[in-house]
Amino acid sequence: METLRAVIQANGLVVAFLVVGLAVWLSYWASRHLTRGRIHGSAIAILLGLLAAYAAGLATGGSRGVADIGLLAGIGLMGGGMMRDFGIVSTAFGVQLSELRQAGVVGVVSILAGVLVSFIAGALVALAFGYTDAESITTIGAGAVTYIVGPVTGTAIGASSDVIALAVAAGVVKSILVMIGTPLVARYIGLNNPQSAMVFGGLMGTTSGVAGGLAATDPRLVPYGAMTATFYTGVGCLLGPSVLYFIVRALV
Amino acid sequence: MIIYGVALLSACLLAGLYLGELLGQLLGVQANVGGVGLAMLLLVLAGGSPRMRSLTTGASGEGVKFWSAMYIPIVVAMAASQNVVAAASGGMLAVLAGVLAVVVSFALVPVLSRIGPQSPPLPPLEQEP
Repeated sequence: METLRAVIQANGLVVAFLVVGLAVWLSYWASRHLTRGRIHGSAIAILLGLLAAYAAGLATGGSRGVADIGLLAGIGLMGGGMMRDFGIVSTAFGVQLSELRQAGVVGVVSILAGVLVSFIAGALVALAFGYTDAESITTIGAGAVTYIVGPVTGTAIGASSDVIALAVAAGVVKSILVMIGTPLVARYIGLNNPQSAMVFGGLMGTTSGVAGGLAATDPRLVPYGAMTATFYTGVGCLLGPSVLYFIVRALV
Repeated sequence: MIIYGVALLSACLLAGLYLGELLGQLLGVQANVGGVGLAMLLLVLAGGSPRMRSLTTGASGEGVKFWSAMYIPIVVAMAASQNVVAAASGGMLAVLAGVLAVVVSFALVPVLSRIGPQSPPLPPLEQEP
């Protein structure tokens, strides 16, 4: 038993391949036999991952889901930023430049609209909960943009640390909701072609959410959504502590 | 050689991330601005360039396609390492702010999709792991 534990701990990434492989197999089996293919296998696999992360978070008190369990630490490497970005970029292989160029303008519009709309939504909720100072309202609004924009903005304009924590939580809620919700609403919002996928990526912006949501809907849409989503956090970090903060300060 | 394709993919990602960092510094932002998107653009350009053919076709191309097929498992691992507890326990304010942002953004997708030239829906997907 001790020997097995040592082997598992010394080969984290290989263990992650095995565990994720089994989880994906189980999910595709469930998709075919329990939902008759109505819910896509990858959607079930992502949901399974989130549930496991929730259970692991409760058990360990850590912030990195199952990666905080010693024997499954390799999942943190496999699902970390480095492998995620490597995987996302590889999906662009085979994409035609002409398709990207066609949707260029609407991509830019959707990024700006997405940052603005999410910021306003977050700021309104902050107001409704009784926050009246410009710093807190701006930071929570920025948190609703993404969980990176929230703390970057909050730190820059000097918001209190509990408000920054709330902003991060709002961003994480958004990211997880996009992962789960996208396959459910895809049919109703016309998310079935490269152009709407680029608009979607620009509006949602959360890289993890868009990556997971589109993978669960139709993996062929991933490169288009990811392409615009990757500019969103940068634009958010640019506007949050500057233009958006000045506007909020002028209004309250 | 498969490694040539993997190396090309690595070169694109590193170059993109570096450009994204520079762009971030240029704009005075503490974030990588579009690094992954720029990397994807580089890979698309490489895929369409006749000079790069030996790196993007045959066995070398398989090196990129392998990682593209590993994408969903990587996303599953990513989902399994999210801080779901923090999202669930952030209180009503965090949940409402997140939900409202997502709902409004979802609703805007069909509106903004109408701008510019339309692309036809993709053909139905055959499900395979």
